[in-house]
Amino acid sequence: MTDTLHDGLADDSSSTDDAPVFVTSDLSVYYGAYRAVRNVSIDIRQNEITSFIGPSGCGKTTVLRCFNRMNDLIVGARVDGSILYRGIDLYGADVSAVEVRRHIGMVFQKPNPLPKSIYDNIAFGPRINGVRKRSELDDIVERSLVRAALWDEVKDRVKASALGLSGGQQQRLCIARTIAVEPDVILMDEPCSALDPIATGRIEELMQELKSDYSIVIVTHNMQQAARVSDRTAFFTVEVNPESDRRTGVLVEFDSTKKMFSNPADERTENYVTGRFG
Amino acid sequence: MDAPLDFRGKAGIADRLFGFAALAAGTIVLVALGTIAFTTTRRAWPALDAMGFDFITSTRWAPNDEVFGAGAFVYGTLVTSTIALVLAVPVSIGIALFTTQVAPPRWRKPIVYVVDLLAVIPSVVFGLWGILVFSKQVLPVYELLHGWFGGIPVIGALFGETGSGRNFMTAGIVLAVMITPIITSLSREVMDTCPTTDREGAYALGATRWEMIRGAVLPHSRNGLVGAVMLGLGRAMGETIAVALVIGSTVGVSANLFAAGDALPARIANEWGEAEGNWRAALVGLAVALFVITIIVNLAATAVVQRTGERGGRR
Repeated sequence: MTDTLHDGLADDSSSTDDAPVFVTSDLSVYYGAYRAVRNVSIDIRQNEITSFIGPSGCGKTTVLRCFNRMNDLIVGARVDGSILYRGIDLYGADVSAVEVRRHIGMVFQKPNPLPKSIYDNIAFGPRINGVRKRSELDDIVERSLVRAALWDEVKDRVKASALGLSGGQQQRLCIARTIAVEPDVILMDEPCSALDPIATGRIEELMQELKSDYSIVIVTHNMQQAARVSDRTAFFTVEVNPESDRRTGVLVEFDSTKKMFSNPADERTENYVTGRFG
Repeated sequence: MDAPLDFRGKAGIADRLFGFAALAAGTIVLVALGTIAFTTTRRAWPALDAMGFDFITSTRWAPNDEVFGAGAFVYGTLVTSTIALVLAVPVSIGIALFTTQVAPPRWRKPIVYVVDLLAVIPSVVFGLWGILVFSKQVLPVYELLHGWFGGIPVIGALFGETGSGRNFMTAGIVLAVMITPIITSLSREVMDTCPTTDREGAYALGATRWEMIRGAVLPHSRNGLVGAVMLGLGRAMGETIAVALVIGSTVGVSANLFAAGDALPARIANEWGEAEGNWRAALVGLAVALFVITIIVNLAATAVVQRTGERGGRR
C-alpha cells in the first residue's frame, strides 16, 4: 500500500460507505513470549457502535488498543496478523503510529484530562496539528464542547482547571478533546466504569449522537450497556491452557447485538449473556 | 441493654500522642529558624547599626576603616547563582527527561547511578578541581568569548577582559556542576510520577513524544520542577568553600562575568579567622543578608508557582 494514510481516508470514505472501517484478520497479540490474544478476525463498520464484551483477562482491551497502536507504548508488545484500516495495513512498515492516532481517537477507562485548563485540554490536539490562530481554536473548543454536551456546564469557566470537573464531566471533556482533532473512529475503553449511573447515561446518549459522524468501538464490562448502545457485539473469553496455566483471550462470536443477546450461536456466549458465567 | 455502651475506644490516647509528636517536630523547625534569625541578627547588630542601609547598598568593604558594605558580595552571590542556574537547569531537566521518557529501561539505572555519584563528591573537591584544573584550562575559552562578543554593545559588557581564570563565570560553572545532580534527581522523581494514563491521553491525540512531554509530563511536574530548581539555587547561594577557591576573592562589582569578585559565604569563610569586633559582627551580618535573600527568593518562587497554577492546571 503506497497511499498515505490521509489519501486513503479521503478516497474511501466518500465512495464506499459499506466497506468496513477495520478489517482484522488473524490478529494475535504477544507481550514478550506470552500470547495474550490469539487469532481474532473481526470487521468494524462505519457509523456503527461495536462493543467488545467478555470476562476480565479476555483480551478485549488489548485488541482495542491495537486499533490505534496504543500497544506500541508497551515494551515487548508485538502483533501478528493484520489490521487493515480503510485498506491500509496499520502495522505496515511506513505507517507512523502518531499519524494513526490522529485519525483514530481514544477515550480511556479513567477520565484523564491533562493538568491544564479546560480550554487547553481541548486545544492541545488541534495545536499539535498546527492550528495556531486564536479565533480558530476558540471555534474548535466551543464546537467540541457543544458536541460533547459539556458546553452549557463549563462555558463560563473554560480557563479553569480541568481537574476541578466532576468525573462524568471529565469524561465528556475527554470525548470533546478526542472530537477536537476530528478523528474518523473513536475507541472507548470502558468509558463509564468510573462513573455513576446518571453520568453513564449521559455518555451513552452522547455515543448515540456521535454515531452519525463517527464509528465507535467500545469495550465494556457491562453487558446491559453493550445491549443498550451497540449495533454489533463481539464476545471474547479466556482459554486456560491446563498444562502451563497460561491464559489466552479468544474471540468467541461476533454478530449483531440483537442476535448476540437473544439467540447466540455459541453456547459460551449464551452462558455469558444470561449471567451463568463471568 | 445490660452493659452500658462504651464508644471511647483505645485509639484516642495513641492518636493524641502522635499528634503532639508531629506538632513538636513541626514546631522545632520554626523555633530553630526563628532562633537562628534572632541570634545572628543580634550578633550582627553592632555592624548593622553602625552602617545602616549602607550595609546592603554600599560596595565598599574596608575592615581597617570600619566600613562594611555587603553590596559587592550580595552581587557576587546573585551573579554566580544565576550563572549556575542558567547552565544547570536545562541540562538537569534534559537528563531527567532522557532517563524517564527516552532512554531504554536498561540504560536508566547506570545513568541515574552516575549522576547521583556526582552529588556525593564533597564540595572542596569541586573547589580544588576548579582552582587547579578548570580555571586554567578554561582561560582560552574566555578569551575566545571576549573576542567574539566583547565588542557588541550592552552584551559585550558581560564578556570583558579576563585576568585570571578565577572569576564569577568560573564560580558559576563550578556551581552548575555541583547543583546539576540535585536538580536532576528531584526532576526525575517528579517526572516518574506522571501517570501513564496522562501520557497515553496525550499520545492518543496523535502527540509525538516531545508533544506528549510538553502536554502531559511537564505540566504534571511543574511544581516539583520549581521545587527542584529552588533546592539547587539554595545550594548554589550557600556554597562556601568551592566558591571561595575559584571566585577570586576581590571586592568588586562588575558586569564583566570574567572579573574576579566575591560572594557572601565565601567572604565569611575567608575572613572569619582574623576578624574581631565590628568586623566579626559585619561577617555575621553577611550571613543574615544571605538568609534574607534565600527567604525572598523562595517566597518569590512560591508566588510564581501559585500564579501560574491558577492560570494553568492545578486546582
